[in-house]
Amino acid sequence: MQFWIIQGLNSLSLGGLLFLLASGFSLIFGLMRLANLTHGAFFMLGTYFGAVALRNFDGLNLWVTALGAGIAVAAIGGLFERLVLTRLKSNPLGQVLVTLGMAFIISDACLVLWGGDSIPVPTPQNLRAPTRFLGFVFPTYRLVLVGCAVATAVALYFLLERTRLGAMIRAGVDDSQMARAVGIPVSNLFTTVFCLGAGIAGAGGVLGGPVLSAYPGLDADMLPLALIVVILGGIGSLLGAFVGSFIIGFIYTFGTALFPELAYIILFLPMIFVIAFRPQGLFGRVGA
Amino acid sequence: MAVTAAASEYALEVIDLKKAFGGLVVTQDVSLAIRPGERRLIIGPNGAGKTTLFNQISGDMRPNSGQIKLFGAEITRLAPYERTHFGLSRTYQIITLFAGDTLEHNVTLGLLGLRPQRWQMWRPLSFYGDMATEARRTLDAVGLLHLAAHPVSDIAYGEKRRVELAMALAQKPRVLLLDEPLAGLSNTERSTVKSLIASISRQTAVVMIEHDMDTALDLAETVTLLDYGRVIVDGERDAVIADARTREVYLGN
Amino acid sequence: MKWLAAILLAALLVLLPFCSGDFYINLASQILIAAIFALSLNLLVGYGGMTSLGHASYLGVAAYISALLTSRYGWGHGPAAVISLAGTTAMAACFGVIALRATGLGFLMITLALSQVLWGLAYRMSDVTNGDNGIAGLTRPMPFGISLNGPAAFYWFTLIVAITAFVMMAIFVSSSFGSTLKGVRDQPRRMAALGFNPWMIRWITFVYAGFWGGVSGLLYVYYNKYIHPASLSTTSSAEALLGVIAGGSGTLGGPMVGGALVLLLKNYASAYIERWNMLLGLIFLFIVLVMPTGIVPGLSKLLRRGWR
Repeated sequence: MQFWIIQGLNSLSLGGLLFLLASGFSLIFGLMRLANLTHGAFFMLGTYFGAVALRNFDGLNLWVTALGAGIAVAAIGGLFERLVLTRLKSNPLGQVLVTLGMAFIISDACLVLWGGDSIPVPTPQNLRAPTRFLGFVFPTYRLVLVGCAVATAVALYFLLERTRLGAMIRAGVDDSQMARAVGIPVSNLFTTVFCLGAGIAGAGGVLGGPVLSAYPGLDADMLPLALIVVILGGIGSLLGAFVGSFIIGFIYTFGTALFPELAYIILFLPMIFVIAFRPQGLFGRVGA
Repeated sequence: MAVTAAASEYALEVIDLKKAFGGLVVTQDVSLAIRPGERRLIIGPNGAGKTTLFNQISGDMRPNSGQIKLFGAEITRLAPYERTHFGLSRTYQIITLFAGDTLEHNVTLGLLGLRPQRWQMWRPLSFYGDMATEARRTLDAVGLLHLAAHPVSDIAYGEKRRVELAMALAQKPRVLLLDEPLAGLSNTERSTVKSLIASISRQTAVVMIEHDMDTALDLAETVTLLDYGRVIVDGERDAVIADARTREVYLGN
Repeated sequence: MKWLAAILLAALLVLLPFCSGDFYINLASQILIAAIFALSLNLLVGYGGMTSLGHASYLGVAAYISALLTSRYGWGHGPAAVISLAGTTAMAACFGVIALRATGLGFLMITLALSQVLWGLAYRMSDVTNGDNGIAGLTRPMPFGISLNGPAAFYWFTLIVAITAFVMMAIFVSSSFGSTLKGVRDQPRRMAALGFNPWMIRWITFVYAGFWGGVSGLLYVYYNKYIHPASLSTTSSAEALLGVIAGGSGTLGGPMVGGALVLLLKNYASAYIERWNMLLGLIFLFIVLVMPTGIVPGLSKLLRRGWR
């Protein structure tokens, strides 16, 4: 019984983490039709920023750090989008290749700056005490992660459904040519969304730090997960990213716990099935 | 080569075809019967569903319900490439030629599509002299032999349309679908292409979509008028022109 | 003219071991292996219009099967090679069926996912694959009793395989089928309307590319006498893709040049520049932004202008 509850909680917190990672990826993919292979690296960059900041500056607030890292990564993403991606509008394959190249650059830069050892990230003081519930003990921070994911989901929902920017994004996701035709500044919109996606990844990286630690290769571990979540949930669907994150969180956690050797197969099988048999995913409006 | 189908009166039959995208119905109970060698013109205002109809006949789109038969053989479930083997050919509204290749190569590909040599993995195309001869003959028939060695990207738009036609005709189809073959052509180009279409052998039934009624009328024996995905009038050319509903569709909208 | 150049080149290649030290002979062997691998990927990318980020799977699987059969089960190299290639080709056939449910980006992602699955298996199933330690202490085959342990002997063996691979792939892309493949790459809808079966044409090419990827995998494991999961990784596939695109995917020569370049940079730049991956990334950016058709077409254009 203990096993199921613990793994269940781990699944939820992984799901929350995945949503922080995948929501940005889904936004970028949905609007710009770009599979941003740099996304794992953006996330990792956030984790490293958080690790370094929290270890060197005692008493720094986790949320402030997350916000700061988010802004920093968003800025890097924005520069990349403006300087490189916009030049490749007519070359979608080229766009994917440069995001791959950028991922290599960022991951090596992290190696240069912060070395090859894993850097654990301290859990914030006020969240260290475990939560007791129904006679079980849960690490509080993992519960907080779920809360963060929900908060982000709500914020994004509000942004997409209730603001003008969100309306423009939704129009662009549905039909970018038409959106351009009715005067929506699609190019600026692309940059904004790319920054937003990168920023969420960066902030998510900080929040994921206490659970994952900052280590070289984190980007390569996270990117496939983002891909799977978005493919499963459906491109261009926030709800899909949310549901997909938690489904994958459960599959991965229980899969690794029960069949560690087959972890990768268990993880990728849903994605392969979806692309092969239901390309629009669970909630998507556009095929891969 | 075309597969012989069960004997039937009609070259192409479309029976109660329906196609809808979500709530939008683009093809409503469309039925057509085209005899071998017939010259049919399909007209209708923009958005009437003409190209969508062609897409379903050629297999690029799947209808929600209904049947399509070629010389009596049911082709509704077949993939586009399989329908070509039953004797169906089509041209597209947008030029989809192989821009970097020569005219001769383009037409040769048209010939290759129905031949077993297309699976040949060690001999080059140039090995097949008879195909080259045939390709050049087809180009000659459309008056483009002098440009045979030029890449398609070098030639004029009207000439590209003639290459499209040449590729489709090279396959000696039993039913030929022409999607707005005269669109965007200058007056001289138009009369060239029109005379080409007029000279197509009677072994081929020609079904043509044209948005502009006047240009293509003299090529047609029978006319079908579509509007909002539905067949409004269908019959001999002069009867359809005189029909009050035709004027209504074009002027009333 | 072209034939003369080709014969001259072949002669130079054959004579190489007589004019260079072991280091360069070994380097040449590695370049040939990389060239075969790049050529096989280019069948997909350049001629088929199918960009794959999972081609290292075929190299890796062939290498692993050969390694396991020879070291763990004591098989001879001949039968092991046959089973390796058969297994790799069968895998390509299955993966092709899955991957070709999609085109473009979806295809890219499925190939990425499938190769990640294999990598994960190689990494985690340590009882079988020895995981992160890799499988070491492997041997080279002895065709007709000739030892391939010396650099020159192995080099000539690899050269024979490389020339065979090049000739066979060149025949394939210039054949009638090759023309249809290029047609499907350029205008798939038009080709279907003309009676060609685009799926079958792509699938056959996918399997053939997997076969030659497997051949390069065998040569790879013979050369290194060692195999590690990293050879199957996405980085490995990405390096191969970079080589093909940097060299010029529209040609036969381009990918070979690109593959050689990537190999040289990887093995020698890393002596001077610690961060090889960053360099790889920058090169990706540079090539895609500045020379999208690749180095070989870019250079030949320059040369042609210079000729006038």
